[in-house]
Amino acid sequence: MSAHTAPGTGPAPAAIPVWRRVLSSSAGRNLGLVVALLLLVIVGAITAGDTFLTVSNTLTVLRQASIIGVISIGMTLVIIAGGIDLSVGSVMGLASVVAALAAVQDLADQVHWIVMVVVALAVGVFAGLINGIVIAYGKVVAFMATLAMLVAARGLAEILAERRTLQVGDRDFITFMNLDILGVDMLIWIFAIVAAVGWVLLNRTTFGRRTVAIGGNREAARLAGIDVRRHTMWLYALAGLSAGIAGIMILGRTTAGSSTNGMLYELDAIAAVVVGGTLLVGGRGTITGTVFGVLIFATLTNVFVQNNLSSSVQAVVKGVIIVVAVLLQQRFSGPSGRSA
Amino acid sequence: MSALTRLNVAEVVFDLSAFVCLHAKGDKPCYVRLVIRVDHPSALLDVRGVTKAFAGVMALRGVDLDVRSGEVHCILGQNGAGKSTLIKTLAGVHRPDGGEILWQGERVDIPNPDTAIGFGIATMYQELDVVDGLTIAENIFLGHELSRGGVTNRAEAARQTRELLRRLGHPQLSPHTEVGQLSAANKQIVSMARALSHDIKLIIMDEPSAVLDTEEVKNLFGVVRELTGQGIAVVYITHRLEEIRQIGDRITVLKDGRTTATGLSAAETPTAELIRLMTGRDVANVFPQPVPIPADAPVVLAVDGLGLTGVFEDVSFQVRAGEIVGLAGLVGSGRSEILETVYGARKATSGEVRVGDTRLRRGSVVAAVRAGIGLSPEERKSQGLVLDQPIFVNVTLSSMSRFARAGFLDERAERAAARAQIEALELRPAEPDRPAVTLSGGNQQKILLARWLVHGTRVLLLDEPTRGVDVGARSEIYALIRRLAAAGNAVVIVSSEIEEVLGLSDTVLVVADGRILETLPASRLTEHAVLDLVMKGTAA
Repeated sequence: MSAHTAPGTGPAPAAIPVWRRVLSSSAGRNLGLVVALLLLVIVGAITAGDTFLTVSNTLTVLRQASIIGVISIGMTLVIIAGGIDLSVGSVMGLASVVAALAAVQDLADQVHWIVMVVVALAVGVFAGLINGIVIAYGKVVAFMATLAMLVAARGLAEILAERRTLQVGDRDFITFMNLDILGVDMLIWIFAIVAAVGWVLLNRTTFGRRTVAIGGNREAARLAGIDVRRHTMWLYALAGLSAGIAGIMILGRTTAGSSTNGMLYELDAIAAVVVGGTLLVGGRGTITGTVFGVLIFATLTNVFVQNNLSSSVQAVVKGVIIVVAVLLQQRFSGPSGRSA
Repeated sequence: MSALTRLNVAEVVFDLSAFVCLHAKGDKPCYVRLVIRVDHPSALLDVRGVTKAFAGVMALRGVDLDVRSGEVHCILGQNGAGKSTLIKTLAGVHRPDGGEILWQGERVDIPNPDTAIGFGIATMYQELDVVDGLTIAENIFLGHELSRGGVTNRAEAARQTRELLRRLGHPQLSPHTEVGQLSAANKQIVSMARALSHDIKLIIMDEPSAVLDTEEVKNLFGVVRELTGQGIAVVYITHRLEEIRQIGDRITVLKDGRTTATGLSAAETPTAELIRLMTGRDVANVFPQPVPIPADAPVVLAVDGLGLTGVFEDVSFQVRAGEIVGLAGLVGSGRSEILETVYGARKATSGEVRVGDTRLRRGSVVAAVRAGIGLSPEERKSQGLVLDQPIFVNVTLSSMSRFARAGFLDERAERAAARAQIEALELRPAEPDRPAVTLSGGNQQKILLARWLVHGTRVLLLDEPTRGVDVGARSEIYALIRRLAAAGNAVVIVSSEIEEVLGLSDTVLVVADGRILETLPASRLTEHAVLDLVMKGTAA
């Protein structure tokens, strides 16, 4: 075989420098993210050492990362399967509004707050299922289907909330969401659990395997007997579920359901996923990478806030980071062998 | 136009020996002889020993060919003979690994399509490269828009377009018509007009008649004659022999990436000779001995009156356990589509498929796989494998739920199952964690067979099982397929290489134009007879 190897099939393994090989391995790509995060921490420590390197500040960073983080986990799975979900931010807002409405109704006094949680999750799954059905069975491009949902869910949230902010009065719920377990906030625990579940789902289950297969080669997956359409539908339902969870989280943090909750979160989530090394065309990606992507952006925000820099400067830097991350990915992801 | 003006004058020799004679002797009548030698017109294009390999598979093993101005040079060859690779090499899409290309007598390098155009070589691909959303004029001047100070000069473009269309015998087309509204035949005209908008000397046409009906083919031939009349050379790719007779001047035959004959007269070379040149093997492929099918072998796959509107109709056949049935036919005959429809990858519009006693739901791959059908698709890389993923993932792709408990995968069991298949099929390299993309064509084919063996399939549908597989590795795949049949599987194969279908199958279905023409035991057919049947079937 090797005797016939033609030029243009990619360099032989021996010709690749070691550092390149390390960087292109999956652990290596995460290593790059660790280095990036460490660099940010060092910058933070130098510029605002006394306030930056504290436990309370670290928890603040994690708390801020948590909601985007949960959305990003669902987004990771969708993107690995070769899709995209632009509606998660809106669906999150809608879920928070519907859940808050359930809590302010008179019956709320008789009903446990867990019902509110279930309602929010149901709203997320339902919106996700609609996305999934339209994409998988209606054969609408994911970008358009979820863009439509982005607009519609936001509008529906505005109608339901009548453009007011709905205060959640349920003390038990607020208390629960602000619980402090082993010194760590509830929001951070939720993010950790969702990330862990996402990791297991992607790496240890048939669901995850099918997701990767569909993203890697949709037609091959279909011809191997995988029900690609049904799987696609459930993937978007899952993204909706993560948006529902995020809706609950923001209710817990701000004690208010508002139609403006989760505005533009979809873009932050996509950025975190891509910076985390997941290919936008699908077929390759990791939950760990996404978690790092989320942490990098949250830390960046924190460093800027600590140094009293404007959010506009921050936005510019964020943009630069996204481009650099994607450029590095293209350099080091190696010959994917994907046929044109 | 007389024959003389179409010839390239190679050298003009003024023979002045008579003058010498005159001065030497002085007593003989004086005359001057003027000799024009036209017996060796120099080639416009001369291809010598060109080779090209892709990922270790030799696509071109040594192609020789010379094309003269004003001739229609036909290139004949079966699928996989290297026709497309040759064209793309001339068009600057691929660079040859070896050999040389001479253009107007000079050795040239064609590193990109722009250079080819610069030399005057234009190419019309089978999948027409026109942009549907633009007008005819915009398409023709795409990439070299006529402009003045950055503003496109639409009037001049329209004028020149009209002139080109008139030259091609289609003055009725308006330069402002959107190309998306044109028929395939007219799109071809636009593609040709675009070629002519450059100063070209050679135009390559890749199976231009494939998408045309009889009347349109007649028009096409008119245009081709028009072009050659203007001294432009045409390289015409086809596998329809009767077209070569009508339009061709000379023929080059390719087989297995090699020129088997060049410069044959299109008018005089007998059909039998051409078929022999196209099919005769230089590497002996050892086909396995057929295994007699037990008389009581049950029918495993029964296809009854299957049809797909506009593609094929009324296809019926049965395959017994242990039997290999082959579908023989040309590209476009519907053979791959039949296989895909049996499998449920396309939704049948009539008829039914039964596996054993189970009637399959139409258009459901999931149902077919559950009933025990496995397909190895035509395009292994784009339809069969998840290339980035390791071998074991590809092997268990259709049966992963068997390796899972409550949805959780047992990768150790998966690897063990893959390793067992790797050993049984002698798949190399024998590393379950190796990404599928790093394997050769033959070994990738084995991954697909392993997938269905792990799944426990009773019916195997193999579309082009040796495409992209090195000739040496083919006999191994053949033996494997025979072994799978002998183990009680019902096998259906499709191949564009008729020899392969005949050598491997017990029963052959000859397919043309979406119909089964004949069902015969393979032992009673020859390659020649099949080609004869399908050519007649297609012409009808």
